[in-house]
Amino acid sequence: MKKIIALVLALVLAFGLVACNNGGDQSSTASGSSTASDASTASTGGDDSGDLITVGFSQVGAESAWRTANTKSIQEALTEENGFNLIFSDGQQKQEIQITALRSFIEQGVDYIAFSPTVESGWDDVLNEIKEADIPLILVDRTTDNPDESLYVTWMGSNFHEEGVRAGEWVIAYLEDKGLMDGEVVIAELQGTVGAAAATDRMAGFKEVMDQYSNINIKYSQTGDFTTAKGQEVMEAFLKSDTANEIKVLFAHNDDMAIGAITAIEAAGRKPGEDICIISCDGGKAMFQNIVDGKANCVVECNPLLGEGLADVIKKLEAGEEVEKKTYSEEDIFDQNGLAGALKAADHINERAY
Amino acid sequence: MSNNKAPANAIKSKKKLNLNTQFIAGLVALALILLFNLIYEPGFFRISIVEGKLYGSIIDIINRCVPTMIISMGMTLVIATGGVDISVGAVAAISGAMVVSLIGYNFDSATGVTTTNMNMYLAILIALIVSTICGAWNGLLVSRLGIQPMVATLILMTAGRGIAQLITDGQIPRVYTEDFSFIAQGSIFAVPTGIYIALAVVLIVYAFTKLTAFGMLCESVGINASASRYSGINAKNIKLICYTICGLCAGIAGIHIASTVQGADANNAGLNIEMDAILAVVLGGTSMAGGKFYIWGTAVGALIIQALTTTIYSLGVPPEIIYVVKSLVVVIVVMLQSNLIKNLFKKIGSKSKKSSAAASV
Repeated sequence: MKKIIALVLALVLAFGLVACNNGGDQSSTASGSSTASDASTASTGGDDSGDLITVGFSQVGAESAWRTANTKSIQEALTEENGFNLIFSDGQQKQEIQITALRSFIEQGVDYIAFSPTVESGWDDVLNEIKEADIPLILVDRTTDNPDESLYVTWMGSNFHEEGVRAGEWVIAYLEDKGLMDGEVVIAELQGTVGAAAATDRMAGFKEVMDQYSNINIKYSQTGDFTTAKGQEVMEAFLKSDTANEIKVLFAHNDDMAIGAITAIEAAGRKPGEDICIISCDGGKAMFQNIVDGKANCVVECNPLLGEGLADVIKKLEAGEEVEKKTYSEEDIFDQNGLAGALKAADHINERAY
Repeated sequence: MSNNKAPANAIKSKKKLNLNTQFIAGLVALALILLFNLIYEPGFFRISIVEGKLYGSIIDIINRCVPTMIISMGMTLVIATGGVDISVGAVAAISGAMVVSLIGYNFDSATGVTTTNMNMYLAILIALIVSTICGAWNGLLVSRLGIQPMVATLILMTAGRGIAQLITDGQIPRVYTEDFSFIAQGSIFAVPTGIYIALAVVLIVYAFTKLTAFGMLCESVGINASASRYSGINAKNIKLICYTICGLCAGIAGIHIASTVQGADANNAGLNIEMDAILAVVLGGTSMAGGKFYIWGTAVGALIIQALTTTIYSLGVPPEIIYVVKSLVVVIVVMLQSNLIKNLFKKIGSKSKKSSAAASV
C-alpha cells in the first residue's frame, strides 16, 4: 500500500514539474529560474535566429490595465514577422526578479535590452554589467536615478512631470469654473508606488502648480501602490476623518487607484465626480467610461502603446543612426466638457485600445 | 493536555488563566491602538448607516481584515502542528484567478449586453476545490514526503503566482456583476457580507477544533509528533487535514479579495498576506514551535494588524515610513506578550485574586 502511494505521489510530482515547466516557457522565459530559461532560449534565440534581432525585455509586472496594454503593445510590435526575437520577462514588481532577468539577458548575449525599472534606485551594478557586455540598453517608460547617461542609449516614454503639471492646471481651471477658488480648497492625493518615477514626478509636477495658490492645500496624500484594492482602502480611510467633507478634489496617480477610490466614495454616500472632483493619469477605457458616466472628471493620458516606437528605435540603432537621449510620447488630456483645452472623453472613448 | 490527574476544577482554572493572559495581552494592544485613534480623531468610533450599510472606521477595520482573518484561521491549525504555510497568498491568487476567469464576464459596449460563461456559484465551487487541492498538495509534501514545511510550501508560493498568471493570461480580468461584488461589498441587515463570511469561518474552525477532539490532536502532534504516533494518533493525517483546511481558507479569502476589486490581479491579490496571517497567529499567542493554539487570539491578532494599517492611513503617516511605524508597533505588542510582562500580569492578577477571589475572572 505504502509503495503504491509513494509511486502515485512521485508521478504527481513529476507531472507537476513538467506542467510548471511548460507554464514557465509560455508566459515568461526568464522569470527567476535562469537555468531552465537559459537552455530553452539558447536553442530558440541563439542558433536559428540568423537575421532576427534578439531583444530582452524586462517588464515591471502586470499591476494595472495600463501595464497590460504596454506589455501587449511591445509583444505585438517585436514579433518574428517584424524581424525580432523577443525574450519577455515579467518582473512581478520585484526588483530582484528584474535584476536576475537582466543578468540572464547578458548571459544569453541578446542584441538589445529594453527595460522598465520597477523602482528608481539600486540598478547601478547591473546597468554597468550591461554596459561592459556592450549591449545597448533602452529604458522604456520609467527611469532610474543613475545620472550616468552613458549607461543607456535612449529613454522613451511619457513625461510624468509634465503630466502632473497638466493635471494641476486642469484642476485650477475646474475650480475657477465652479467658482471654488475663493475659499480654501482641500485636495486628496493617491500616490503611486513609493520610489517609482511615475509617482515621484507626477506628485512634484502637481505640487508645483498647487504651490502657486495659497488657498489650495494637498492635505491628504498616501500611497495606493497603483492598485485598485489599495486605492479603495486608502480612500476609505481618508473619508473617515472628521474633516473629510472638505475634500473637493482627488488626484490619483493612475486609473486603477481612481477606480478603487470611486467605489469607496460611493460607499461613503457621496457622489464621485460631483461632490469630489476626480482626476487621474493613464487614460484607460474603464476610466473613460467613468468620465462619460459622470463618476470621474478628467484623465491625463499616459500612452502605453510604446511597442511601435521601441521597434523604430531599435531599427534606427541597427542601421547605425543616432537617436535622441529622450523620446517623449504624444499625450492628450480628456474630460467631460472640454475645459481648458482638454478633449471630450465621450468623443474618444471608442478609439481607446486599452 | 497537561494536569491530566488533577481535579476537574483545577484544569478549568488553569485553562482559563492561559486563555486570559494570551487573550488579554492581545485585547490590551488592540484597545491601545483604538484608544490612540480616539484621542487623535474623536469621531473614530462613530458608526452611521450610509446607503443601507454600516459605515465607520471600526467597520472598515473589521471589513478589511476579513481575508487576513480567514487565512489566519487555517494558518493557526498548521502552526499548531508545528508547521507553517507560506503559500497561502499564492493560493488566494489562484482561487481569485480561477473564479474570475471561469465566470468570464463580457460586456458588449455596442449592445450594452453583459454575458457570463459560467454560473457564479459553480465557479466559486470549482475555485474552492482547486484551492483545497493546493492545500492537500502542501499537506502531502509535508506529511508523506517529510519535507520541511517552509520549503514544501515555498514551492507553491513561487509557482502559485505563475499558475494564477497562466489562468488570467497575464491580464487583470474583471467581473462587474452585482452578484459577484455582493460577496465582499454587499450587506445583510446593514452589516457588510464579508464580516459574515469571516465570522462563519472562525466559528466553524472553532467548533471543529474545540467541540471535537481534532484540536487536541493537532496540539499533541505539534508538541511531539512521534510521541503522539506512539499513543495511536495518525500524525500524518492530522497534518494533511490541517494543510488542506489552510488551502481551503486561502481559497475563500482569494474569492473575497477578487470580489472586493471586482477582478483578479494575479500579482497583487493576497500579496504578503502569508506574513500578516503568521503575525496574526503569533500575536494571538500561538507559538511558532507548535502546540497550544488560540482561535480567538488569532482573530484578535488579525484585527490588531488591520487596526494598525487603518490607523496609519488615517493619521497621514508619510508613505516612506509606513513599514517602520508598523514594525515598531508589532515589536511593542510582542513585548507586551513576552514572558516578563506576562509574569507581571500574573502577579497583579494573583494579588487581585487574593483580595477578591471570585470576581477577578
